[in-house]
Amino acid sequence: MNKPNIIVINGQEYLFTPGETILTVARRNNVDIPTLCHMKNATPTGACRMCVVEVQGARSLMAACTVPAGPNMVVRTESELIAKARRMIIELMLTSGNHEDCLVCPATGDCRLQELAYKYQIKAGRFPKTKSRYDLEAVNPFIIRNFSKCLACGRCVQACNEVQVNTAIDFGYRGARTKIITKGDRTLKDSDCVFCGECIQVCPVGALIPKDAYKKARICDTKSVRSTCTYCGVGCQVNLHVKNNEVQHITGRGDAAPNFGSLCVKGRFGFDFIAAKERLKTPLIKENGAFREASWDEAIGLVAERLSAIKAKHGADSLGVLTSARISNEENYVVQKFARAVLKTNNVDHCARL
Amino acid sequence: MSKNRIQLMLCGGTGCHSTGSKKFEKALQQELEAKGLAEEIKIVETGCNGFCAVGPVMLVQPEGIFYQKLKVEDVPYLVEEHFLKGRPVKKFFFVEQKNKATIPHMNDIPFFSNQVYRAMRNKGVIDPEVIDEYIAREGYFGAAKALNEMTPEQVVEQIKISQLRGRGGAGFPTGMKWAFAAASPGEEKYVLCNADEGDPGAFMDRSILESDPHAVLEGMIIAARAINARQGYIYCRTEYQLAIRRLDIAIRQAKEYGLLGENILGSGFSFNIDIYQGAGAFVCGEETALMRSIEGKRGMPRPRPPFPAHKGLWDKPTILNNVETLANIPQIIIKGGAWYASIGTEKSKGTKVFALSGDVNNIGLVEVPMGLPIRKLIYDIGGGIPGGKKFKAVQLGGPSGGCIPEHKLDTPIDYEEITKVGAIMGSGGAIVMDENTCMVDMARFFMDFIQDESCGKCTPCREGTRRMLELLEKICHGEGQDGDIQSLEALAEVIGQSALCGLGQTAANPVLSTLRFFREEYETHIKEKVCPAKRCVALLKFEVNPEMCKKCGLCFKACPSEAIAWKKKEVAVIDKSKCVKCMSCFDKCKFDAIF
Repeated sequence: MNKPNIIVINGQEYLFTPGETILTVARRNNVDIPTLCHMKNATPTGACRMCVVEVQGARSLMAACTVPAGPNMVVRTESELIAKARRMIIELMLTSGNHEDCLVCPATGDCRLQELAYKYQIKAGRFPKTKSRYDLEAVNPFIIRNFSKCLACGRCVQACNEVQVNTAIDFGYRGARTKIITKGDRTLKDSDCVFCGECIQVCPVGALIPKDAYKKARICDTKSVRSTCTYCGVGCQVNLHVKNNEVQHITGRGDAAPNFGSLCVKGRFGFDFIAAKERLKTPLIKENGAFREASWDEAIGLVAERLSAIKAKHGADSLGVLTSARISNEENYVVQKFARAVLKTNNVDHCARL
Repeated sequence: MSKNRIQLMLCGGTGCHSTGSKKFEKALQQELEAKGLAEEIKIVETGCNGFCAVGPVMLVQPEGIFYQKLKVEDVPYLVEEHFLKGRPVKKFFFVEQKNKATIPHMNDIPFFSNQVYRAMRNKGVIDPEVIDEYIAREGYFGAAKALNEMTPEQVVEQIKISQLRGRGGAGFPTGMKWAFAAASPGEEKYVLCNADEGDPGAFMDRSILESDPHAVLEGMIIAARAINARQGYIYCRTEYQLAIRRLDIAIRQAKEYGLLGENILGSGFSFNIDIYQGAGAFVCGEETALMRSIEGKRGMPRPRPPFPAHKGLWDKPTILNNVETLANIPQIIIKGGAWYASIGTEKSKGTKVFALSGDVNNIGLVEVPMGLPIRKLIYDIGGGIPGGKKFKAVQLGGPSGGCIPEHKLDTPIDYEEITKVGAIMGSGGAIVMDENTCMVDMARFFMDFIQDESCGKCTPCREGTRRMLELLEKICHGEGQDGDIQSLEALAEVIGQSALCGLGQTAANPVLSTLRFFREEYETHIKEKVCPAKRCVALLKFEVNPEMCKKCGLCFKACPSEAIAWKKKEVAVIDKSKCVKCMSCFDKCKFDAIF
């Protein structure tokens, strides 16, 4: 069994490693195969069937995202039959629910269905427009579930079960009544959902959107700025989607450690402090019961003076230092060094232990 | 066991239970006791006899007299005449439809005499709840042989020689399936039995489990030996309560006898079987969905490869065989693969069990040799079409299958030949349809079923079948338009080519097959807004044609809503404001006068 690991795609021979799918080999070699449900970091499900290709000898078209490349396999990624299938699948998706209001959809410009419909120039029309069986759900502070736009591609289910491993959602019901449900089909707020928003990030259309999406600029209208999340020492890499010098959305950066696209509820949704009016921009010193603005030098000088005074009067162990998860390990290290070497106390603690 | 002068093999299948066999049994037992016959005459409750249409049925042994349509009130007469005076009662004999001749002996009744029993060899012969009766019929001899005299390779070899193919419908060679799993590396392997029978009109697996549960267990033991598995599961739909109860009893008895569990028959081989009750999803009959369901997840198919022989239940090498396939295994091991392959066609060997239903006289369960023309199945065994109506088509393979019209009836029962005419062998559901069946409506029924049962995972099946159903409903409602047939065909092609699992890929078959043979019916619906079979309610006018009306008044009597006015020697008139369109008058009118 020493067959060479060569697969033929569109007449070209390519090397592959056993276990790789047709899609992986094709993408590595810049052969375009359109996908919708396929997602990095999760088991391919083969649900949407956009990536169907012809494999010589197979009875039917095969999904490139799930079929492993095999020795001497002969694959075609474009043909009349494939185009027919892909066009019909897009048409079926376009007519399932409400996909005609792109002008007012928050996902416009960042919508996989839109891209595919444009690429294949598909207009809905042959089949009657079908209303969604399920009402929009917005009874939580973070996520809107708009079932009329859901393609049941299952990306959110994969993200929840395989990436975040929260197992809060799965497929429910059958046939055209299929719905992504929580356990017992309750609302998200009454479910195991922790609102990490991973599902929003992977949703290829506008079925899952942030609660305030309608008040913010669309992602396609913003400028993406790479940054590091400030909430904890993990240092998740984020994209700040900025318009008018204001952060509109935060998404995880899929290409960078340590989070590879994932974020938690705080990192994804908790950014309103950036532009909050109450946000402190300079230190404040309290005098006679009222705060006044001060410079950093003045504030730090005052702190040093008071700490020294307390230490002199009551001893070093009358002082204690509490650090925060919002700073890095190195900064935490410096703080405890400061406590032990400068203040001369072992009273050091951290908010994560409380 | 005491010796009895007469044994009464009373059918205890679900069909006869529902027509009152339990009550009859009780009354019969009481009467036998009252007449002092209880010692010499024994009632044996068997599994499904197969002739469900005329139930409750009973076979009197050793005479071989077959009684049908038995009623509690007939018990004293029957006991007096037959069991005291020795005069078989003609009243309960089978009556042939054609020449009205009565046939006393079971073996002379065409329904039985044209069958060949292999998978169902014990049906109606043994009490399925007594293991000794199974053992007396060579039961567990095959398992003993496989465990003590054969190597796993030899077992697989015999199955390969038998050319047995999966009876669940796809017809994959069983020996090959076993060989793949046997060669698959791994300590932990599983043998699964698919008893999640879901096709409308199919009841083969249920009947086999009810009448001969040990044969399935033995088949699984042999399969376990072949691939070296330690654990097996029977995935049985929960609606099959009688089958599950009998399987439960069978497993318990087999364990007591050392035929299941640790160190079977002292061979050092251990194998256990548990029953898993499916919650009623059609898609769980698909192998990967079935395995996910046993794992406790939602029953949804996953892409193959990897195939279950490499990664099945809990990602371990697994074989999944259908009930009927497994019931064939013990005999193959006892008599050899060549014996099994001695009947049948070139590529389809042995026998096939069919559940005959629909517009056919002898509704029931039958086992016939491969190669038998379908015409014989319907006319010789099935006894033809009731009420002197014309045959229109037979639907094979349920929602994944297709229909076979009159001019293709000589197609032999053979996997490839049936596929050539656009149907599939399927698991054995054979629904016969007479001239009053609307083929568009029939296709709509199956599409409705598929859309209801689609797991919803892949786009073509979830959305595509919905669109096909919409189009079919539109046509049946008289709203069909030019281009609808083309849309149906376009959808059918894409669904067949690109759906994820076998269920989706075959979902459009009933439509394609009716379009192939009955396209003009679709066209009549669309262009003329007429349903030729008069089944599509929306296309009917509910009026009486005075020229055709014979003034018999049957429609008047049948109408439940008093919408029909009729007097002797006058043409009936339907008051549309009162008519509820229930079709009762259509069904009663023998002269086609209502349209």
